[in-house]
Amino acid sequence: MIDFRHVSLRFDEGLVLTDMSFTVVPGETLVILGPSGCGKTTILRLLLGLIHPESGSIVIDGRDIVGLREREMGQVRRTMALVFQGAALFDSLTVRENVGYRLWEEGLQTDEFIDQRVDESLRFVGLHDVSEHMPAELSGGMKKRVAIARALASTPRVILYDEPTAGLDPINTHIINELICRLHTKEAVTQVVVTHDIDTAYRVANHLIMLHRGEKIFDGTVEELKASDDLHVRAFLSPGGVLSTPRCFPTKDGGYQVIDD
Amino acid sequence: MARIEDRLKGYVFTVQEFARLCAIAIAGIFRKPTYVQETFYYMDQIGVGSLFILILTGLFTGMVLTLQGAIQLQPYGAVPYVSRLISTSVVRELGPVLAALMIAGRVGSGIASELASMQVTEQIDALRAEGTDPIKKLVTTRLLATLLMVPVLTVITNGIAIFGGYVIARFYLSIDSFFYWTWAFEALRPMDLVYGLIKPVVFGFIICMVGCYAGLNTEGGTVGVGRSKTQAMVTSSILILMSDFFMTKLFIFLG
Ligand SMILES: Nc1ncnc2c1ncn2[C@@H]1O[C@H](COP(=O)(O)OP(=O)(O)OP(=O)(O)O)[C@@H](O)[C@H]1O
Ligand SMILES: [Mg+2]
Repeated sequence: MIDFRHVSLRFDEGLVLTDMSFTVVPGETLVILGPSGCGKTTILRLLLGLIHPESGSIVIDGRDIVGLREREMGQVRRTMALVFQGAALFDSLTVRENVGYRLWEEGLQTDEFIDQRVDESLRFVGLHDVSEHMPAELSGGMKKRVAIARALASTPRVILYDEPTAGLDPINTHIINELICRLHTKEAVTQVVVTHDIDTAYRVANHLIMLHRGEKIFDGTVEELKASDDLHVRAFLSPGGVLSTPRCFPTKDGGYQVIDD
Repeated sequence: MARIEDRLKGYVFTVQEFARLCAIAIAGIFRKPTYVQETFYYMDQIGVGSLFILILTGLFTGMVLTLQGAIQLQPYGAVPYVSRLISTSVVRELGPVLAALMIAGRVGSGIASELASMQVTEQIDALRAEGTDPIKKLVTTRLLATLLMVPVLTVITNGIAIFGGYVIARFYLSIDSFFYWTWAFEALRPMDLVYGLIKPVVFGFIICMVGCYAGLNTEGGTVGVGRSKTQAMVTSSILILMSDFFMTKLFIFLG
């Protein structure tokens, strides 16, 4: 159970999240939708305790992680996995070592078990034949898939994905979407998927929230999202309808403005 | 005025954060898990990797010191005693300082840029996300390796420098070998050897911790990586020279 309660966060330039609250029920797949720069990645970093909010609390399994010390946080993090937006593979390790990193580090399993688990995870994303490559030898999409394999390998109870399908071809996108669905139905993994790909969102979501400028503007199911008549939601779902005005430009935080000279 | 105040606050903050990183890194030595393999890897990188430049540094320093020393001793007819000058100045000052400056240039800046690139590509966050303590894994291992290797490298540099002096003394100044070596060792007091080993430990600490601090606090993408690297080199070189002065002062006081 993940409970985000009235979280606010500010960087130098101003508020990035304003009074954000939402709940992720165990076993559900929450999709966070929203335009670029609205604070989606920031939410995932908060969930892992990589950054701390200015106010509010983040409760994971009944434990408030705000203000936890790094060492205690380490234990919480080991029940979760994050697929970074930019993959963030360890440059100095091979693909195999990257994927098996946490299992080796924990040292609780036999080498054969870990090897098998790594192979299995790499097979999911179709990359078992590059297991001895270094990350620098992979394409962007391949790195992303290795990052997904790394998250899967340690069988965490919570998986956070930051744009898992951005930069992937349709086949791989489909495979990843199916993977997320299967983890949901077969293994009841709690998942949070950040995306701005609407097809992915519709395919995998049990629960959707949508952000705009660091605020939650929608919370509900896919059907409710489709039926929503919020202006920002409509603009996000069918930009053509709104942005067809001449001299209409996007703004930095995902909104739009009409400029007339 | 407000600007100066901000700057001062910034410095105080940096010193505080630096001290905190040092404390955590040192505490990491005594906590599990111990990354033995990593530590050996860095020892190899630092030690074997720096050996060649330090041999050159030592050799040429010893040789030039002998040439200059002989000119100064000439009027007093003391040229045969040049080895006294060489061994004391090398063991007390030049060996440790020059070795440390070379290592700062090669190893310290390497540490800074490596950690800086890990920082800007989110690999440090990825380590934290995997439940690993990045300070223990990245800083403590390197700290142990530098603390062990810098003294070893300094002793080698000292040896080579005195040998370099010997080459010039023997073949250019025609000083007897036995005479050179006898006076080289005669001039050294036991405490010189002890102090000569305390210095490199302190320098090693500075090199590693300044490099790690600069690397871990990198901001602003690849531009930041270059900045951190330069900053690490400049800061650690200055700290080495400053701490050398104060240590020398202290050692003279202690006798
Ligand atoms: N370290 C930081 N320092 C200052 N501002 C930051 C920092 N990280 C993020 N921001 C700001 O916070 C806002 C939200 O960033 P975030 O990375 O969460 O966006 P996002 O929703 O993930 O966008 P995208 O879909 O493009 O990845 C942005 O406006 C960004 O400028
Ligand atoms: Mg993002």
